[in-house]
Amino acid sequence: MTDTALASLSNGLVYAAMLTYAIAMVVFAASLAARAPGRRPLAEPALGTSRRQGGVGVAVRDAPVPARSPVVQPAPGRRGGNIAMSLTWLATLLVGAGLVARGLSVGRVPWGNMYEFSVASAFAISAAFLVLSLRRDLRWLGLLVVVPVLLTLGLAVTVLYTEAGQLVPALNSYWLIIHVAAAIICAGAFCVGTALTVAYLVADTSERRVSRGSRFWGSGLARRLPPAQRLDAMAYRIHTFAFPLWTFAVVAGAIWAENAWGRYWGWDPKETWAFITWVGYAAYLHARATAGWKGRKAAVIALVAFAAFIINYFGVNIFLTGLHSYGGLPS
Amino acid sequence: MWARWAWRTLTSMRTALLLLFMLALASVPGSIFPQRQTNAAAVNMYLADDPAKARILDRLGMFDVFGSPWFAAIYLLLFISLAGCVLPRTRQHWRAIRSRPPAAPKHLDRLPDHRELVSPSPPEQALAAGAEHLRAARWRVITTSGTLSAETGYSREIGNLVFHLALLVLLAAVALGSLGGFRGNVVIREGTAFAASSAQFDSISPGRLFSTTELPPFSFTLDRFTADFQRGGQQAGAPRAFRADVSLIASPGQSPQQRTIEVNEPLEVDGVKVFLVGHGYAPTVTIRDGAGDVVFHDSVVCLPQDAGFTSTCVVKAPDAFPQLGLTGFFLPTATVDPSRGPYSRFPAPDDPALFLAAWEGDLGLDTGRPQSVYKLDTAAMRRVGIKALLPGQRWTLPDGSVISFDGYVRFAAFAVARDPGKELALAAVLVAMAGLGLSLSVRRRRLWMRASPATGGGSRIVLAGIARSEHASAASDLDRLAAALHSSRPSPTPAAPPLHGKAAP
Repeated sequence: MTDTALASLSNGLVYAAMLTYAIAMVVFAASLAARAPGRRPLAEPALGTSRRQGGVGVAVRDAPVPARSPVVQPAPGRRGGNIAMSLTWLATLLVGAGLVARGLSVGRVPWGNMYEFSVASAFAISAAFLVLSLRRDLRWLGLLVVVPVLLTLGLAVTVLYTEAGQLVPALNSYWLIIHVAAAIICAGAFCVGTALTVAYLVADTSERRVSRGSRFWGSGLARRLPPAQRLDAMAYRIHTFAFPLWTFAVVAGAIWAENAWGRYWGWDPKETWAFITWVGYAAYLHARATAGWKGRKAAVIALVAFAAFIINYFGVNIFLTGLHSYGGLPS
Repeated sequence: MWARWAWRTLTSMRTALLLLFMLALASVPGSIFPQRQTNAAAVNMYLADDPAKARILDRLGMFDVFGSPWFAAIYLLLFISLAGCVLPRTRQHWRAIRSRPPAAPKHLDRLPDHRELVSPSPPEQALAAGAEHLRAARWRVITTSGTLSAETGYSREIGNLVFHLALLVLLAAVALGSLGGFRGNVVIREGTAFAASSAQFDSISPGRLFSTTELPPFSFTLDRFTADFQRGGQQAGAPRAFRADVSLIASPGQSPQQRTIEVNEPLEVDGVKVFLVGHGYAPTVTIRDGAGDVVFHDSVVCLPQDAGFTSTCVVKAPDAFPQLGLTGFFLPTATVDPSRGPYSRFPAPDDPALFLAAWEGDLGLDTGRPQSVYKLDTAAMRRVGIKALLPGQRWTLPDGSVISFDGYVRFAAFAVARDPGKELALAAVLVAMAGLGLSLSVRRRRLWMRASPATGGGSRIVLAGIARSEHASAASDLDRLAAALHSSRPSPTPAAPPLHGKAAP
């Protein structure tokens, strides 16, 4: 039934992609760790004084750092960032090819079980990042994207691995293409949104601490990030793309459920956590328009909502039993 | 006074946010504890395993979270809060749409986003050119002497309001479905028929406003059930195809039609859908008493317990004397494991066997207490033997009764459902999604333009703009307007009729 040569080619491509992502991750990390622009002449003495003089030194240290983006400043980490971006492109193409080979080997869309869904999600995260990077410099975000991609692929090839095979009857529907594809794209967008939110929280914390004159472990990292306000705006924009799409994914799932089980909503664990995720992101969007909740608190809500998304994706299939337990996991 | 305060508090965004959190949090136990609505058997097991704890949980509504009063309280408060917020905003926005863009502030150059330029055209012409450009871009424009005000992006708030109002309609649709709909489950063996009447369902949960007489009078016979399973490989035993062939009689007196029901292909009769939701085996058992008279003959539905379809069976023969009961397993592909005992290693009937224990005594059917057909109450019974049977084999009990395992048929479990609210629900979510798309993609912006005569001909122009939605700016609009003004050259004839106070269509 399945073309075994194509299936093993697909596995090989996924492993090759993981190796490439791993190298990209190291290079991204190294380029972030490389000294930030303008730090060298000021930082070393200032660090010494800051301890004795209650933070005054830090204010001095950070104040003259010009535009905090690595975009305009040639930096030692810049070339590394370029290499890592190229590696990410290559790795994404490899994962994409792996998906295509898997799809051809089984003669259907390559997202019929948890393994395939995870590989497709890793591709979606990576692709979302690369698409966004076409219009702006996102090398500073690379590490925060490649790490979850590698984690997802790592889980896929170990815990979740499933041989190429046919679908269970429950999944044999064109809604599989629509509903699951939407969920996969959401995984990509939510994950990149989360990476941006984390970056925002680091940058914002750094900005606050620095303005108060105290120290923060992430300040060195934050110096490589755009200003907090811009990060917040970017995170918001990607969430405003992902939220309607998630709404669509849930609705498509409901239509499918009506057609397969006779009810469009039945509080199955998967449905319940999809609902919790939806409510979480809805709360995030509302929090941004509520006095006292804008900014950091809203960002934390986005992180909680993403946690619900992850629970829905892994937790429900692995720990809870329900109608969606056809991930192909050995019981 | 306090009522006003309470209403204001309830309809505030902060309260809505809090209620959203509570709604999310309140849903969590519904995914952790088994729910009566979806898995009543698991709830009963929970109650049996740890009655003390389970009783407390049950009291708290943990086994019926989504039907519990506290869950209803949260979402009803949320919807009241939503209505209390959205309805006044609808009125407000209705007025905003009908009113004119506000007049230009006195000092446009004090707004953070502004442009100053010089045009060779006289002020009226420059304003007319600006108005023309903006109207072409679908802005609402009004001009007064020397100034222009424009606004766009009204559909953002329209989308926002439509989204929230559609959620209210969705709630109504869900209520309609649960009040006026019904859902029933039925298990049918091959060769037997089902007629849609409440008596024939194994379980039925009708809505409060649903009467079972509304059921269309259809019936169908399950002719054949086929199941295919993956053979070999890591996924061995995974189902690959299920198919129920049925003869449908759409209404009494009509001739039967051949139809198939598959997992994603329900059968639809007059607004009622029949879904294939499960399957299993029903071994055929005959029991004869010592005199050779048949006291039991039927195919007994056995409940599948695992992926290999190890199925538990119960047979009750009240007509035997003394009464006879059988408990045991039907194993489609029988294997005996030294530690696990007998089980089925594959779901297909490759090597079927029936493992039975026989009980004699009082079945307890006359006590008046309702009994499950899938459970044998052995309180007043005595076990008289155990035996493994292959199809065709017989087992003679000490008292001379003979049990024979004649073969098996398959059964299929169907859900029969009607939801009169589902079309409305679908319409509501489609409208909601359209509204959501508008409210998250459209940006609302205002622009102003002031043109005054410049010394030596032409005009001095100040443009300014503000964005009224998050993270948006009017900068690109200002750039475009400036470019349009720059490219428009003074014309020899005066521009268009007087524009004073004229609103855009």
